[in-house]
Amino acid sequence: MCRTIVLDAATPDDHKELMRRIAAAQDKAAFAALFGHFGPRVKAYLMRSGSTPESAEELAQEAMVMVWRKAESFDPAQASVSTWIFTIARNKRIDAYRRMNRPDLDENDPALVPDGPTAPDTAYAEGQVSTAIREAVATLPDEQAEMLKKAFFEDKAHSEIAAETGLPLGTVKSRLRLAIGRMRKQLKEFEE
Amino acid sequence: MSVVSAREPVGPIPQHHLSDDLLTAYAAGSLDEASSLFVASHLTLCPECRRRAAMMDEVGGVLLDDIAPVAMSAGALSAVLSRAEAPANDEPASMAGSRQTVFGADLPAPMRRYYGCDLDGIAWQRQGGGVSVATVPGIGDGSHAFMLKVEAGRAVPQHTHRGNELVMVLKGAYSDAAGRFGRGDVELADGDVDHQPKAEKGEDCICLAVTDAPLKFTGSLGWLLNVFVKM
Ligand SMILES: [Zn+2]
Ligand SMILES: [Zn+2]
Repeated sequence: MCRTIVLDAATPDDHKELMRRIAAAQDKAAFAALFGHFGPRVKAYLMRSGSTPESAEELAQEAMVMVWRKAESFDPAQASVSTWIFTIARNKRIDAYRRMNRPDLDENDPALVPDGPTAPDTAYAEGQVSTAIREAVATLPDEQAEMLKKAFFEDKAHSEIAAETGLPLGTVKSRLRLAIGRMRKQLKEFEE
Repeated sequence: MSVVSAREPVGPIPQHHLSDDLLTAYAAGSLDEASSLFVASHLTLCPECRRRAAMMDEVGGVLLDDIAPVAMSAGALSAVLSRAEAPANDEPASMAGSRQTVFGADLPAPMRRYYGCDLDGIAWQRQGGGVSVATVPGIGDGSHAFMLKVEAGRAVPQHTHRGNELVMVLKGAYSDAAGRFGRGDVELADGDVDHQPKAEKGEDCICLAVTDAPLKFTGSLGWLLNVFVKM
């Protein structure tokens, strides 16, 4: 609790601590630090997916408003802060540009088939999953890393990526599969 | 792994899962609405794919953290703070839908939101041959999903596919050359698959289906083609 964090905090644990302060005490300094890190990244993400700088700015601001308002619903045991903010930004983008809802599961759905009898997962809480994925992404061959970024950021179907890059659809898909396979391998130790 | 837990899974765990392609596109937000509904419905029924989906979201988070930032405008932070503290003018409730409490449910919540009811409230359109359909209403982006009900013991006529067909069982079970498919199981069929899914005896088989092109019937029952072309 007495951990000091620098205001341009950059580690996932620092981000969690900032979120905790925002949720617990509407801490504006903590929000400013989080904003300083993620605002410009959310804006970059939206621009990469096709927004003009103006609408990327506007949507990024809206996303960060949601971060403040929904801070209490952030569950550090479920995901890292960057993942949580990514999902908020992604849903904003879908709302604004795809003119569709994004169906998502409801954790309280009586139809939900609960997790099996495996031990509760601490890997997310401890940030091990994002660390492992970070390492896997960092060591991907360039062509696979590039394909992964395209798939995540450019709001294009795999077939559109194929058309745009001139690569056969099979190549697009196999690069993605290789990238994902490598990440899954990295995560194997948490799957037991 | 050998630890016995008090919490046993309710109902069967699916054996046939979503592809990485679908999960990646769902996490990225590049999937059309009908396919997203399909994915969300499977995730409701499948703990394993929920873990995979969480991993894909983490990939998105890592890539976001990694992206070269673009500076926000000068007054952005104070603009955000003053908007954030203004009384919330109601974030649109994530989707219109029935708010009544549901005790037990056949359809996953994402589907109930579209139909406005559970399975027992669905108005089926009979198509003949023991097949009924119920289109998913209110999909906003022009993509298309429907439920297909095949009477117990009957088969969908032999067909292949011009595009991709995603099918997931919601009730009952069917079998085709690829195996047996029960609640939550996903089958992806494309032009290479020529099959004749047959519902098991004893219970009607109800599936959620998403197709991006009409089916092509290879058997003699071409009349049924109308069923699918109309949709
Ligand atoms: Zn699954
Ligand atoms: Zn088929």
